[in-house]
Amino acid sequence: MNVNKSLLPLINPLSKDNPVIVQVLGICSALAVTAKLEPALVMTISVTAVLALANVIISLLRNTIPTSIRIIVQLVVVAALVVIVDQVLKAWNYEVSKALSVFIGLIITNCIIMGRLEAFAMSNRPWASFLDGIGNGLGYGIILVIVAFFRELLGSGTLFGCQVIPQWCYDHGYQNNGMMILPPMALITVACIIWVHRSRNKDLQE
Amino acid sequence: MENLNLFIRSIFVDNMIFAYFLGMCSFLAVSKNVKTAFGLGVAVSFVLIIALPVTWCINQYILIPGALSWLGEEYAETDLSFLGLIMFISVIAALVQILEMAIEKYSPALYSSLGIFLPLIAVNCAILGAVLFMQQREFTNAWTATVYGAGSGIGWLLAITCLAAIRERLAYSQIPAPLRGIGITFIITGLMGIAFMSFLGIKL
Repeated sequence: MNVNKSLLPLINPLSKDNPVIVQVLGICSALAVTAKLEPALVMTISVTAVLALANVIISLLRNTIPTSIRIIVQLVVVAALVVIVDQVLKAWNYEVSKALSVFIGLIITNCIIMGRLEAFAMSNRPWASFLDGIGNGLGYGIILVIVAFFRELLGSGTLFGCQVIPQWCYDHGYQNNGMMILPPMALITVACIIWVHRSRNKDLQE
Repeated sequence: MENLNLFIRSIFVDNMIFAYFLGMCSFLAVSKNVKTAFGLGVAVSFVLIIALPVTWCINQYILIPGALSWLGEEYAETDLSFLGLIMFISVIAALVQILEMAIEKYSPALYSSLGIFLPLIAVNCAILGAVLFMQQREFTNAWTATVYGAGSGIGWLLAITCLAAIRERLAYSQIPAPLRGIGITFIITGLMGIAFMSFLGIKL
């Protein structure tokens, strides 16, 4: 592909270097919030915001942080950002914040964030780090939305809470697959995505 | 009796991995052979058992609304709960650091077998997750919190050891190329999760 080199940090994580299915980071929240589309989208926005801001802050500070305590510094920066996101969410959309329960707090220990801070922000300029943060947040979001789309569609027959499978299907004996709502199916859905993705990108196969 | 029930439920029903997907990253990365997987599981349980009562006390006597009333009348209204996340993560990081130093001093053998995994426990979501669930469930005393920590830790240990054992066997099977490695691990974890769901109705 012929793209501007400076945009690579933004484009790569979307598919070729996807944080969830290629780097295998941040699985915990990717699986836990995907029973419905709405929490999945809110989670994507929160993670992208925290990731981009944390990347910029750490990148600005990168020459002043002593290496021996960098993990603690990173944790504190991320924790402060997550507290802000948590409070904003509680004020604006209490319902979704309830549905996400502890998973907003768990953004702190989301390995995507720590991974990107360590691998990218500590050695790059703020603007590139910002793009990297947005790119990885979106790459994470794509997987979340795909998984949530299938789980909500097949599990409850709805999208964003609106009924999409018409009533006459149910009248003719169609039934929602209750299994899709349960936690284990999230893993299997992600495995299917990995399967499709790797059969198209042969160089990622082991 | 209630504590025993909580203990069993947190191992099998509310298993950190299969019900909440907490600690997934290290769960997938470190489950290639049984020995290291077991070592990491023990370390995580250990941190959980210590971290939960400590954070319970912090939550009870510093963070929740009115918790500071033991300082005097004028603090009775203070609500510091928004500081929870920062407090918890710093306490966990500090605990892991102390634990690392203690193990290095008193048991060098265990220290070298755990290696890099010890410091990584600080960012294991199973720990922070258990602490946040503890806060959400409003346990009445520190002992219940400890029991919950022990149960979650042992559940996590059980899950990672089982997965490592299955993955060792898997080396001999023929798997479609795109699924090899991480893909099949996801599917196995999913199937194990379905198997664990058969414990769902357990009540003592």
